[in-house]
Amino acid sequence: MIKAQQLTKKYGTTVALGNVSFQVDEGELFGFIGPDGAGKSTLFRLLTSLLLPSSGKVELFGLDTVKDYKKIREITGYMPGRFSLYPDLSVEENLDFFATVFGTSIQENYHIIHDVYSHIEPFKTRLAGKLSGGMKQKLALSCALIHNPRVLVLDEPTTGVDAVSRKEFWELLRSLKSKGITIIVSTPYMDEAGLCDRVALIHHGRLLTVDKPGAITSSYEKQILGIVADNTYKLLDSLRKYPDVLHAYAFGQQVHYTGRKASADLNNMRAYLGQCGHKDVQIMQIKAGIEDVFIDLVQDRQG
Amino acid sequence: MRTIFYIIQKEFKQIIRDKFIGKAIIAMPIVQMLILVYAATFEIKNVDLLIVDRDSSPASVDLSGNFFASRFFHVSVTDPGDKHIKEILDKGKADVVLIIPEGFEKSFHRNNKPALQLIIDAVNGSAGQLMLGYCSSIIMDFNKEIVIKEFGIAEKTAPAIDISSRFWFNPYLNYKIFMAPGILVILVTAIGWFMTGMNLVKEKENGTIEQLNVTPIKKYQFILGKLIPFLIIGLIDLAFGLILARIFFKVPFEGSIFTLFVFATIYLVAVLGIGLFISTVSNTQQQVLFVSFFFLMVFVIMSGLFTSVENMPEWGRAINHLNPLSYFSRVIRMVLLKGSGLNDIRNDILIITGFALATNLLAVWRYKKTI
Repeated sequence: MIKAQQLTKKYGTTVALGNVSFQVDEGELFGFIGPDGAGKSTLFRLLTSLLLPSSGKVELFGLDTVKDYKKIREITGYMPGRFSLYPDLSVEENLDFFATVFGTSIQENYHIIHDVYSHIEPFKTRLAGKLSGGMKQKLALSCALIHNPRVLVLDEPTTGVDAVSRKEFWELLRSLKSKGITIIVSTPYMDEAGLCDRVALIHHGRLLTVDKPGAITSSYEKQILGIVADNTYKLLDSLRKYPDVLHAYAFGQQVHYTGRKASADLNNMRAYLGQCGHKDVQIMQIKAGIEDVFIDLVQDRQG
Repeated sequence: MRTIFYIIQKEFKQIIRDKFIGKAIIAMPIVQMLILVYAATFEIKNVDLLIVDRDSSPASVDLSGNFFASRFFHVSVTDPGDKHIKEILDKGKADVVLIIPEGFEKSFHRNNKPALQLIIDAVNGSAGQLMLGYCSSIIMDFNKEIVIKEFGIAEKTAPAIDISSRFWFNPYLNYKIFMAPGILVILVTAIGWFMTGMNLVKEKENGTIEQLNVTPIKKYQFILGKLIPFLIIGLIDLAFGLILARIFFKVPFEGSIFTLFVFATIYLVAVLGIGLFISTVSNTQQQVLFVSFFFLMVFVIMSGLFTSVENMPEWGRAINHLNPLSYFSRVIRMVLLKGSGLNDIRNDILIITGFALATNLLAVWRYKKTI
């Protein structure tokens, strides 16, 4: 079990992470979701004892990241946000190096990395710097797993990776989870939230909410309208000027609109949009996604 | 122990694969030894001497002849009425101008003191001193000859102290055997220092340090793992450079090579420690290069490799006690040229061991396993 209490990290007067508390259960696949600069990497470095907290504390399986950092490093597998393996060593040499410094060997823990490593094993003599983005991530994951850690801490493992590799990567995480490894992962992609057991939405160094992804969206009570018209940009502009608007955001071709009232007067809105000169206006009720909730929570905070 | 071995193994793989470093380790000793030893010499040859003979007497012609005969001078003679002497020196067309005034020979006959004028381009002070020395010795010789010829006094009857000098350890004052060990010191120092420094900071730049820091590698293991590969390379380069020095410059190996390598090993540990320390406090290779270059420059110039330490002011010599290069440049010459043994360099070994401990402990202390 991983438990953070009032975890804070300050750089001078800048608060990178403020009063963050959460709990991750053993065997859980837990996601931190937030945009760049939200404080995800800072949080992960605190978890892996690479940074010391300004105040508050984190415990991994009862071990304190400050006091027991040596033991923490033995039970934690960390994959930094940036590719951090040796580009001038081959796939196998990288893996072998990290195995040996953890006092183990590829053979000994092959069963743990097998699912991941088998994808890149055919290229084991290739230099790590010459791998594709997806393969680099799999190698990094293999290296993070080689010492059979209890917790995996993966900082944005799918950033900059193509859609197919991303899907594959998440499948690998599910299979690792089934082996009982606790996984903490961060991502800026809201659509990946549904792949986690529980997620924490993080913004400006603070947690907005922590829950199951389904619960976060289903507990969202405000009405969301998906609106389409001939010119999305002008539509967005008009909707933001609509008297009842709380917020309106472009989602691809659609604009997601949330009003102040529990339910909007659709006829009134159609008339308003007609007046503004929009053609082919379609308005539909839609179910909130994680991103809608995220935007709403951020809006709430900013008052 | 095993962990250190794996780090060293990893370093060697990376060094061998590095297209540039691999070649530099071999090419640098060759280029530095063969070019710098020839270039960095204090010997002055081919001094451009201009003689203005306003006397045109047998004596003045004799004197000029002595200069012509010397292998140090490249002599030209100008018209006695030449008014452009200053200009010639300004333009660097001559290094030395010798003016033989009218009545030079007559002064001998009249028992007056004959006078000569030497004008020396002394922009480079020590070169100027040397040129004066060369000219004086030729003029002195001429003086002896003419005294005997003119007055028929045998040399013996003129009471004078006869100095017989002998140069020990480098009897022919061959600058190359003095310079070659010095160049070798710079070479080994620069390779070891810069390569370790750049190597560690590269791990920071690549972000690999973040992955390493979450492993159970201990700080001292990491520092030793970084130090040993470059220590080995430094010693190989030293051996390589010594072989070149022996073949090309006939540098004598009076003392034992074992003694030299014992000292060089401790010395390298000290210098690599400086490189490691600088890289633990830097974040980019640029910073390491810049800071290292500054210190290396100061150390080299103060070390006595090119200039004599004895000529430095008191405070300079005091600072030099903190300069590891000054110890190695002295020891390598003592061992190679004088044949000093371990016992003779006992103090230097003790001091450099102190340096080695200090720099490496600093590096271990400054290396943080957090970011």
